[in-house]
Amino acid sequence: MESTILKSRNFNASFGTNHVVKNVNIDIPRNHIIAVMGPSGCGKTTYLRCINRMHELIPGATSNGEMKLNDEDVYQMHPIFVRLKIGMVFQRPNPFPNLSIYDNVIAGYKLNGIKLPKGERDGIVERSLTKVALWKEVKDSLNKKGSFLSGGQQQRLCIARTVAMEPEMILFDEPTSALDPISTSTVEELFHELKANYTLVIVTHNMQQAARVSDKTAFFYMGELVEYDETKIMFTNPKDNRTQNYITGRFS
Amino acid sequence: MITRSDIPLRVINSSPEAILKAKKRTKRSFRQIRTENVFRHTLTIMGLIMVILVLGIMLTLAWQSRLSISTLGPKYLWSKVWDPVQDIYGAWPFLLGTLLTSFLALIISVPFSVSVAIFLGEYHPKGWLPDFLKNAVELIAAVPSVIYGFWALEVLVPYVRKFESAIGVEPVGVGIFSSSLILAVMIIPYAASLGRSMISLVPSHLKEAAYALGATRWEVIRTVVLPYTKSGLFAGILLSLGRALGETMAVTMVIGNTSLIPKNIFAPGNTMASVIANEFTEADKPVYLSALIELGLVLFLVTVVINLIGKKIIDRFTND
Repeated sequence: MESTILKSRNFNASFGTNHVVKNVNIDIPRNHIIAVMGPSGCGKTTYLRCINRMHELIPGATSNGEMKLNDEDVYQMHPIFVRLKIGMVFQRPNPFPNLSIYDNVIAGYKLNGIKLPKGERDGIVERSLTKVALWKEVKDSLNKKGSFLSGGQQQRLCIARTVAMEPEMILFDEPTSALDPISTSTVEELFHELKANYTLVIVTHNMQQAARVSDKTAFFYMGELVEYDETKIMFTNPKDNRTQNYITGRFS
Repeated sequence: MITRSDIPLRVINSSPEAILKAKKRTKRSFRQIRTENVFRHTLTIMGLIMVILVLGIMLTLAWQSRLSISTLGPKYLWSKVWDPVQDIYGAWPFLLGTLLTSFLALIISVPFSVSVAIFLGEYHPKGWLPDFLKNAVELIAAVPSVIYGFWALEVLVPYVRKFESAIGVEPVGVGIFSSSLILAVMIIPYAASLGRSMISLVPSHLKEAAYALGATRWEVIRTVVLPYTKSGLFAGILLSLGRALGETMAVTMVIGNTSLIPKNIFAPGNTMASVIANEFTEADKPVYLSALIELGLVLFLVTVVINLIGKKIIDRFTND
């Protein structure tokens, strides 16, 4: 039996009076890749941002319901510890432009005031960059600014920065929508490697991507979690009409 | 030049009528091109007028101070005595007074202006309190400087006097310190409003990156917002400094107006701008008048040099 890492019960989120996530119940199994898909404005990104409490940074944003990470209530924990346990990668690659590649990878430690001996830091940087298959490409230019890298490399650098913190889960908010096809496939390959150590939740617009990379898929529509099942079942034999319509392209 | 956007897309593979229609459209764009040229030339002329104005001011100052430059020589700059009755003119006490009051004012005002900039730009960009604060800060810039001088003389100086007797220096009240205090208040808005707009321009995706790594708000400000906006903040501070260097009225009213080199920051002194304002009407000899105008030239050059240094520093920040 697989263990559950994240559990939501009757979870709601709003921006002011705009109710964008409605009564979501979901169990996310450990070391799996979960794809979250749905049309624009369906609440998938908002839900993702509720998991690591990024949602509440927006003025007027509220949420309620149960969100448990390993049976511990995420909304009772300090948001900083939540975000250390649940990392996030964004739609647009966002390395810190004023930091070198090396410092970008180690940025999480610096931000949290964790002082490490140089040897250990070097180890973390090398390990993290190796995990995202970037080490070979950048090992000779670690002191260059991260913003000199290509879009795909920048995105992998951002993943390395997240991985360096050794989180339990990593949330991806449309991680390849700003990337070219080759970079996209590199990042997708990466997902399979990362699965061994982390649980990944990937919000995507791209149905093919959801089908290619994920173990389970959740379909959001109008703020509701319409259907959540094994990816194979979702794409071959969905139970809900709306899922059927979405994956056959009747709306998007 | 006709750009591709002037031609409607549907012309491609379209009927002759459509092409005719498109040609009509291009006629319209010739008119646009003429407007464009007129606009560009207007901008160039406006820009040139500004350049001519600045050069003109500098040349006039230099020309009018030729008598003083030829009779007093370069030692005018570092001579310590200013005694018009005996025709002795040395600008050093005023040069020192100007630099001292301005930099002291800058040191006092920067913590306030940067705090206001961060508060309005990052912590509370919206709401009635920030709106009120923003307007209040901008109002500071709109108050006439004579009112500041008057307020400083009536309210600030007695407190400074008490403070001076408490720490055991001669309780004059008026002097460098009082001038710096009132200058500090007056220059806050320049750095604060430029800093605020710079801080509110920091892309949210960068801030989110830091938040997602577990940063607190202060850490986001320290590691993302401030490094990203340092050149803008510095430009605002430079603007403040420029204002402090040239401020005349308020300073004249509380600096004490002595031509002696200030012994400490509480002593009375004088700045270049306030000497010019005070003594211009009394300058009965040509050399005296010329020496005052040379003082204006020196003030002008000091401002230019400080601005150039500041620009260099901003460039270094930006290339970083």
